[in-house]
Parts: sequence; structure tokens; C-alpha cells
Amino acid sequence: MTLLDRHIAFVEALRSAGLPVSLSEGLDAADAVLTLGLHDREGVRAAYAATLVKRQPHRAGFDHVFDLYFPALVGDPTKPVDPDADPDNEPAEMPEGAQGLGDGPADLAAFRDDLVNALGLGDPDALQTMAREAVQRFGLIRGRAEGEQRWSSYNVMNRVSPGELVDRVLQGLLADLDEDPTMRRLVEAQVAVFSEMVDAEVRRRAAEVRGPEHVAKYTVRKSIDQIDFTSARKADLEEMRREIGPLARRLATRLNKHKASRQRGPLDFRRTVRASVSSGGVPLDTHHRPRRPSRSDLVVLCDVSGSVANFANFTLMLVFALREQFNRVRAFTFVDEIHEVSDRFHPGADPIETMASLAASAQYASLWGRTNYGRAFTRFTELHADALGPKTNLLILGDARSNYSDLGIDVLQQMVKESRHAWWLNPESPRHWNTGDSGARDYEKVVKMIECRNLVQLGDFIHDLA
Amino acid sequence: MTWFDSAADAEKKLSGSGYLADQATATTTYLAGALEKPLLVEGPAGVGKTELAKAIARSTGAELIRLQCYEGLDEARALYEWNYKKQLLRIQASQGDDQTWSETHDDIFTEEFLLSRPLLTAIRKETSTVLLIDEVDKTDVEVEGLLLEVLSDFQVTIPELGTITATRRPMVLLTSNATRELSEAVRRRCLYLHIDYPDAEREHAILVGQVPGIEEKLAREIVDTVTRLRALELRKAPSIAESVDWARTLVALGTGTLDQATIDATLGVVLKHSSDIDRAVRELKLRQA
Ligand SMILES: Nc1ncnc2c1ncn2[C@@H]1O[C@H](COP(=O)(O)OP(=O)(O)O)[C@@H](O)[C@H]1O
Ligand SMILES: [Mg+2]
Repeated sequence: MTLLDRHIAFVEALRSAGLPVSLSEGLDAADAVLTLGLHDREGVRAAYAATLVKRQPHRAGFDHVFDLYFPALVGDPTKPVDPDADPDNEPAEMPEGAQGLGDGPADLAAFRDDLVNALGLGDPDALQTMAREAVQRFGLIRGRAEGEQRWSSYNVMNRVSPGELVDRVLQGLLADLDEDPTMRRLVEAQVAVFSEMVDAEVRRRAAEVRGPEHVAKYTVRKSIDQIDFTSARKADLEEMRREIGPLARRLATRLNKHKASRQRGPLDFRRTVRASVSSGGVPLDTHHRPRRPSRSDLVVLCDVSGSVANFANFTLMLVFALREQFNRVRAFTFVDEIHEVSDRFHPGADPIETMASLAASAQYASLWGRTNYGRAFTRFTELHADALGPKTNLLILGDARSNYSDLGIDVLQQMVKESRHAWWLNPESPRHWNTGDSGARDYEKVVKMIECRNLVQLGDFIHDLA
Repeated sequence: MTWFDSAADAEKKLSGSGYLADQATATTTYLAGALEKPLLVEGPAGVGKTELAKAIARSTGAELIRLQCYEGLDEARALYEWNYKKQLLRIQASQGDDQTWSETHDDIFTEEFLLSRPLLTAIRKETSTVLLIDEVDKTDVEVEGLLLEVLSDFQVTIPELGTITATRRPMVLLTSNATRELSEAVRRRCLYLHIDYPDAEREHAILVGQVPGIEEKLAREIVDTVTRLRALELRKAPSIAESVDWARTLVALGTGTLDQATIDATLGVVLKHSSDIDRAVRELKLRQA
């Protein structure tokens, strides 16, 4: 493959993995790589990243694809790649076991002992070497022939089980396992790094057999801002949480925008004329009345039922972040009963504790445990009618699945009428609205219903708030 | 002008002026100079985004021009405005003369009455210049349009004076803490660099470089503790700026080693929210229950 071919194929693979690369960015990238030269792989990575990855959440996917198209080594991990060699002419990898590295129980135990040491040292190079070795020795899928994909991270994780080594690593570092909980987190992070390295090594080997396009297409995960809330894994949720603060700040700025745009406050005519006397009647300086610092209020209703558990987790974090931005946020959770949780969000409170206390309070939002939007809205107007007013922005978060119960459309309509603005963010695709027990299409008639499946859509919603 | 000869040269020069860059930062900085493209730098607060621009200027002998962004920043503050007070006085003064209005008009729209702001100043500089557009996410979207215009051809048209084109393109750095999503167009035009917290080795080197008289061992212990604090989910994780402050404080106090009691007593230097301090005290087991 010539350099240009490789460049074009790489950019194409990034696009099909969902990274938006424009034509001009592709050209910039080629410029950058030529300017820099190809002698240093990490330099090439940096040049491509600088020109093609313009958002940090896209970085992980970029690295996956980069590693496939610019592998650090070819074939057998024990032989480092010769940078001048044409990778297409490399000899095929050596048969496994050729270096006398077995995969029997004793070999496995010895390998795990070594891994305990490497995890304790936190040396990325050592971990890298061990990850490659782990795949070579313990990742083989039996019965597959040369030329087929023969390596599996599942096999490696199953046999090596690095997660079970955490305690052993800690024993080497601390006198008492619970002496310092932060240490455990650091070791767990090392285990995650190791697992990711194993995955990358398996992808690299698969790419040698099946071609990088194929692997890029099927194994690169979506970037965090494109993952659906409802299908997010625990680690994804944590990553999403980190993105929330900025989003909340942007949402607050948008909702307060009409005031911010009039930055100076209205002209104070009298003071301006009075001051102009000293300059012969020419108003050199204009005087303005102070701006009234009124921030609009926000009322949030969150569905916390099981069907939207992930989404609720996420939206409560959003509410938490919004609490920092709005003077008055009132937050309510509901399943079939409404429960005010505003006082659990103190300014300056600890997010993790807040989430725990919210989780514990979810029981109050539930009477029978079956979502009932109509009942929740009715109870809201009975108990908290005072929450809404002409300055209130009302935000409803939920999937509109009400177990075929009364939807309470009229009640919601009245709530919308009493607020300044109202929006409903729905974590389901419009394709599913009004399928099964969803009442989304009915609610849509009285409130602006917006699809909000992932961070990109949440960002778009905020962006479109004019 | 060539800013840097290579990525390695950038790394060397930056470190010579006290800025320790990792490979990605050095490489991207070199490319920004070589390709004459603006560089957008994102990352958490206090990881050295602003300092990078300053260090580039220091290490290349260029002048630093800074446009600090804020909510409500407008063209008049960013680009140029006419000094209308002075113009008014000039009009008043000329009322007795037999100058025609058009003569007066030509008079008052001249260089003498122009207030140049950072963007225009940077474009007109004939010596080498680093233009730092700091915290660009704090401005309104409209300013982004203006930046885009200026950064695409490095020229500014002032109706009364004509078009001014840069004779020498400044190196442009934009920084952002991502409080607002920047437009696609700006991202496309710029090179991009995300700076994160440094690894232990680099942070150690930064401490040793910036805190005179610090002991190796103390620096290690600070880096170690700060790394552990960053692993907690805090509202505001400690940045380089905070570890430097902490190191300075500890050296000033004459602390030789960072034990639990010392951490407890000085944690306020590193953590800014009381809930973060509480969490750290608990997780690091600083106090006996
Ligand atoms: N790479 C570095 N080398 C040396 N000092 C650094 C580095 N990065 C950050 N610092 C220190 O941290 C401080 C804060 O950096 P700053 O540029 O203000 O952060 P940011 O603009 O990202 O919020 C700087 O004043 C400097 O002392
Ligand atoms: Mg800064």
C-alpha cells in the first residue's frame, strides 16, 4: 500500500466509524503528515489527531482506527516492527508456542504473578508487553485455521481475569487493604487500561487477517456523545456525566439569553443629558440603568421508573448540574406518585452523595410501582401548583410510557399553559412513539416533544433553544 | 518566519522557557507554526492552555497579544472602534473654521482617531506575534463569526480606511474550557489539541522546575497525592496550577514530607469546594473516625 492509499483508506475508515471528516480536513491531515515525516508513529498519530479530531469524545474511536491502520508492530509481538520494512512483505506470524510460552495452568499462574507486579508498578510499557503476550498465549480460539480470525479477548479475560487480581495488587502496596480507598481506584484504572490494551491487540490481529476496514467497521464503538442513554453501560454513564456540566451551563445561558443580550441595561436618559452639560451638550458618555438580575426558574419532572433507569440516572445528573446555574430549580421525580427532591440538591453538594440520596428517595415517587403519567401530573397539580408561573421553564424527562393508564393530557396542557416555556425530552426514537404503551404522540399535541437519545441530541436541543 | 524547525525543536524551545510539553503538544505546536493554522486548545482549567501561548511567545521572541474573551465582548472591543469622543471634540473645534463637512469627515476618520483592539493590532504587527484568543467559549456566537472572518484571510476591512492585510501572519491560539460548544466552522478551520492532566513524570518535572528548593521526595509525594485526588469524582479536580500552589505552600512552611496530618491541614490549597475536601478527607482516611 502506498502512503497515499493508506491515508485515503484511513480517512475513509474514520468516516465510516462515524467521525465527521471534511474534505479540507483530510487535505490538512495529509499536509501535516508530510510536513512532519513518517519516522515516528506517535508523531503521525498527533498530526492526524490535530487535523481530524476536533472533539475530545471522538478521540477513543480515532485511536482504535489509527491503531488498525498504523499498527505498532506486525505479526508476532515478540518482534518489534522494522519501520523501513514494507508491512505487506512481513513474514506471516510464527506458530504459537514457538517461543516456548505455554498456556497450561502453571504458565497461567506465573503469568498472573507477573501481571500483579506490572499492575502495581503502573508502567504502561510493561502492561503493553503483557497485553500482547496475553493474547498470544491465552487468547487463541481453538480449531481455527491460519488465515481465520483466531484470537479472542473474551478468552484472555476469562483465563487471566485481571479484575480478580486487584486485591493481590493492593496487598503488595498497602499494609491494610482498606487503608486507602483511592489506591483501589488507581489499581482498578490500571486493570481497565490493561483490558483495553488486550482488546486493541485482538483488533490488531484481526485486522491483519480480515483487513482494517472490516475491523474498523465492526468493532469501533460509537463516541460517547452518540451512545443511547438507554443502552449505555455503567462506564459510559460515568463518562457522560463528565460531559454534563458544560451542557448544563450552556442550557442555562440559553434560557437566560434574552437578558444577557441586552448587556448594558436600558439608557438612563436623564443622567446622560445631565452629564453632557460638561461637554457642551454633547453626550460623550451614555449612562445606563443597572440590569435587573432576574434569572428564570426551572421546574424539572423526571420519570424514574425502571423503563428509563439509565436515562433517569443521567437526567438527575443534569438536574444536579443545572442546580448550579439557576437560582431556583425545583425538581420532582415520579413513577405514579410525585415526589419533590429539590432539597436534595444543595448548592455545593457532593454529586455522588446526592445521587445516592436520590436513589434512596425513589421509593417515595412510587406508590404501586407502575408508571402512571396521568396520576403523576394530577398529583403534581394538587400538591405543587405553586411551582409553576409565568417565569417558569418546565422540563419533563421521560419515555411517556404510562402502562395504558389515563395520560392526563388536560392536566399537562394546563401545566404547560401556566409556564413560560415547556419541553419534553424523550429518550426514545420517534419510531417508537405511540407504539405499545407510549403516549408520546398524544402528549406531543400539547407540549413540544423532543427526541433526546444521546448527548449529541441533548446538545442540539440546547443549541436550538433561541 | 519559521516558528520551530521540528516537533523536537518545539519541545526543546518550550522547555527552555519553562513549559514542559508532552509529545502531542509539541508536535501540534510545531504544526500550527509550519502550516500557519490557528490552534484551538481545549481541556480542563489549569492544565496550561494559556501558558502554552505565553511560552511560545517567550521561546520564539515573539510579542504576545491577548484577547481575553468574556460574555458581551463585541467587535468594538475585539477589532477596532472609532474614538468618538475625540471625533466629537474635533467636530466641535472645527465649527468656527471654514472647513467643509466632507473635509472634516475625511479628517476624523483617520489613523489618529482609530482605536485598535487586539485582533487588528495583531494583524498590523510587522514583527512576529502570537495572538492568544483566550477562553473563546465565553463569548457569544456572533463573535465567533467575526473571528472566523479574521482568521480565514487575516485581513480586516475598515470602510473608511480600506482593507488591511497582515504582512506577517501571527501564530493564533484559541483556548476553551468548553462551557459552550464552538461552531463546526471554527473547529474545521483550526488545528485541535486537547490538553489533559500530565502524567506523573511530567508533573514532577514541572514542580521541580517551578518551585525553587523543593525536595525530590516531597515533589513525588505531592504528585502521588494529587493523582489520587484526581481519581476521585470531585467537583473540581486539582490541576497543575493547584499542585504548583501546594508545592509552594509546603516549601514555604518548611515541610519535608507529606504525611496525613499535613495533607489534612493544607488540603484547602488544592481543593476549592468544601464538599470536595470532605470527600478527600474520607477517602484518604485523613482523620480517625
Ligand atoms: N506544561 C507546563 N509546564 C510548566 N508549567 C505549567 C504547564 N502547564 C501548566 N503549568 C502551570 O500551571 C499554571 C496554570 O496554567 P494555565 O495556562 O493558566 O491554565 P489554563 O489556561 O489551562 O487554565 C501555569 O501558570 C503554569 O505555572
Ligand atoms: Mg487559561
